[in-house]
Amino acid sequence: MNDLNTVAPADALDALDKRIINTLQRSFPVCDHPFAVVAEQLGTTEGELISRLQRLREDKILSRFGPLYNADRFDGAVSLCAIAVPQARFDEVAEQVNAFPQVAHNYERDHELNMWFVAATESWQELEDTLAAIEAETGLIVRNMPKLHEFYVGLYFEI
Amino acid sequence: MKSDAELQVLDRDIILKTQAGLPLIAEPYKQIAAELDIDAELLMQRIRIMQDDGRIRRIGAVPNHYRLGYTGNGMSVWDVPDEKVHELGEMIGALDYVSHCYHRPRFLPDWPYNLFAMVHGRSREEVIEKAQKIADLLGEHCRRRDVLFSSRILKKTGIRIGG
Repeated sequence: MNDLNTVAPADALDALDKRIINTLQRSFPVCDHPFAVVAEQLGTTEGELISRLQRLREDKILSRFGPLYNADRFDGAVSLCAIAVPQARFDEVAEQVNAFPQVAHNYERDHELNMWFVAATESWQELEDTLAAIEAETGLIVRNMPKLHEFYVGLYFEI
Repeated sequence: MKSDAELQVLDRDIILKTQAGLPLIAEPYKQIAAELDIDAELLMQRIRIMQDDGRIRRIGAVPNHYRLGYTGNGMSVWDVPDEKVHELGEMIGALDYVSHCYHRPRFLPDWPYNLFAMVHGRSREEVIEKAQKIADLLGEHCRRRDVLFSSRILKKTGIRIGG
């Protein structure tokens, strides 16, 4: 958990690392040797690109590399949920909530509603069952705030 | 040729195999195809079809913004009139410093917010300035507002489907 919450040292990335991250945030080709294609665009070699990506993933600079699926296009259910957790129980409840594989992301936030997580399941019924199970295990109320409409999703960081 | 039902099963298998990420090797698609016991051409064709119909948003890298110095991570929440939420959501979602923008249900009386916009910056001050710009844009339509800063990432695995 610590690595996720620590800023990487300023010299962790050189110019090529930055170009790799900026380029690969946009797209990645679907072909026999995709890394060779990207390496050529970047003026490096396939082997160098792959070993840098391995390091960036190990260092948690990249949290993921691969296809990003649009949950809306599947039958599943996704929701943002919040719990007001008593401070003294926070770490214990975080462990209880994180143990559910349906919980994809979980953040502590500075607010009375201090735990915010995204739950993703194969159906709305499973989502309700999961949230009920979390309520039963933690003894706390889960507020279920599924999106009614998505206006924009696009995460791109120029680094 | 595979039937539509077989392709649906195949697509699901492809998703299960790749949702944690692609292998960092020279021929990642060939490797996944071998694991699924299918031809690499068929795998790539199904991935392209899923890109075209929107099931795959994109293939690429997801940086951990916190590790890269974007330590200000604010979920800005807004109470705006329901009849205006679409028009306002489109406007706020279009801002280059907003990464996600959603209409969500309120929880009255203590949670009156129906519009969520995620704002990232290199510091909390930067996020607060950006939230102020959103407030200025919303003008009289903003009835209440708040920014919830994240103080810790507790889990970050990405959404998975079952299996």
